Amino acid sequence: MALLELELVTAEYGPIKALHGVSLAVEPGEIVALLGANGAGKTTTLRSISGMVSRGGNINFDGRSLRGVPAQETARRGIGHVPEGRGTLVQLSVWENLRMGAYTRRDGAQVKKDYEVVFGQFPILKERRDQTAGTLSGGEQQMLAIARALLAKPKLLLLDEPSLGLAPLVVKGIFEIIRQINQADGVAVLLVEQNANLALKLAHRAYLLETGTVAAQGDAQKMASDESIRRSYLGY
Amino acid sequence: MTFFLQQVVSGLAAGGAYASLALALVLIYSAMGLVNFAQGEFAMFATFIAWGLMVNLHVPYALAFILAVAFAMAGAAAIERVIIRPFERGPQLSIVIVTLALLSIVNGMAGFIWGYVPRPFPTPFPQSPVVIAGVYVSIQDLGVIGVSIVVLGLIYVLFNRTKLGLAMRTASLYPDSARLLGVSVGGMLAIGWGLASGVGAVSGILLAPGLLLEPNMMQQVIIYAFAAAVLGGIESPVGAVVGGLLLGVLLALVGAYIPALQDLRLAVALLLIVVMLVVRPSGLFGQAHTRRV
Repeated sequence: MALLELELVTAEYGPIKALHGVSLAVEPGEIVALLGANGAGKTTTLRSISGMVSRGGNINFDGRSLRGVPAQETARRGIGHVPEGRGTLVQLSVWENLRMGAYTRRDGAQVKKDYEVVFGQFPILKERRDQTAGTLSGGEQQMLAIARALLAKPKLLLLDEPSLGLAPLVVKGIFEIIRQINQADGVAVLLVEQNANLALKLAHRAYLLETGTVAAQGDAQKMASDESIRRSYLGY
Repeated sequence: MTFFLQQVVSGLAAGGAYASLALALVLIYSAMGLVNFAQGEFAMFATFIAWGLMVNLHVPYALAFILAVAFAMAGAAAIERVIIRPFERGPQLSIVIVTLALLSIVNGMAGFIWGYVPRPFPTPFPQSPVVIAGVYVSIQDLGVIGVSIVVLGLIYVLFNRTKLGLAMRTASLYPDSARLLGVSVGGMLAIGWGLASGVGAVSGILLAPGLLLEPNMMQQVIIYAFAAAVLGGIESPVGAVVGGLLLGVLLALVGAYIPALQDLRLAVALLLIVVMLVVRPSGLFGQAHTRRV
């Protein structure tokens, strides 16, 4: 059974409909890329999953419906959402950011070990532990956002444009980290990306959104090599 | 010199109580970006509860103090959930108007239940002064200063050393991120109202022996609390405390050295609000907001 399943999901901001019936699925342990132009509804799809926007249709996660479930409860059920712009708690310290990541956890002893694991994965965060998070570079803030989301022990990570505003080399590092997390911990990833080329290399499968509906879907490698999709949607 | 020091100590005692109420205002302001005008009335009502427990039910002072503060916290958290919550998505002005309505409702309820005759309020501290380094200091003043320090210290520890405090700061600074991390922002807001009201209740109970207990007892104090909060910075808890203490000492010295202004202390506080808002709107401890245009 799919870990996450969206059936004809709609979402609107006031009178403006942003999603006109999106259906997609993420299997356990899978990396799925969500591609599309600006305004296609990629971010809104993630926000409708985590309950940050009022939504219609059916969303099932881990065998249970998310209908009427508020955002804080979705987080508790195992969805880690790293929002567009990273959601850094800029005035708080790096350490406080990480502690907030483990906010929903009740297993204190294990959390202590997990801090060490995270510091092992992201040594730069250990170095900058007591610094104000807003003083970190963009790449460091993206690492902080991912580390913070991981500390909640999610089953599914929603990543919104992790490459945004970062230098190519830094992006490469971030994508490598995402791959490691997926392989080592089996965390499923739903990845929204502008950089289709990179995203298709990382993902197992991909969906292509166009004005609020799914225009194409399939195996990531096949989509990357499909001439017509590449030319009309991915622009390279 | 000793006269001066005596005035400073009694100013600090009053200032500690102003600081508590100012801190209550700042807690709500930091969380919601608005002022709860009913804060003083909540404190007054809780003070009546403490009085009722002590005088009618013969509960000892310390227990009555704790029960009244707990009552204030639970009551304000419930008011936030039930009365304020429906307005949270609307314009802030509606919430401000609701707090003004609460001010007159709570005030009227207290008048209806207990009447408007001022009553003496018990104090656990002896009235006799002690002499410290040649300065006569009232034990009452020292007790008030001590209780204020303990309460303000507890709030500091809660916000800076506990997980709940961290979650409350996150919820007020970054509500969207907080939700994504599993924090119930609405729940934190209710807790914030409860805490603010608890701190305010401490202020009321500490001031009541000097002011005499009656439904309008906090109406001057809330102006002093506003002045203290604006002086220290309306978004800074530390500022509220320092502002309260400074204001207490300032008003005591003005009263002692400029007898003409003795009855105009409220005007001095209002003048201070105006001057601070003109000269340094972010207060002594606030950070000036910069914005890209």
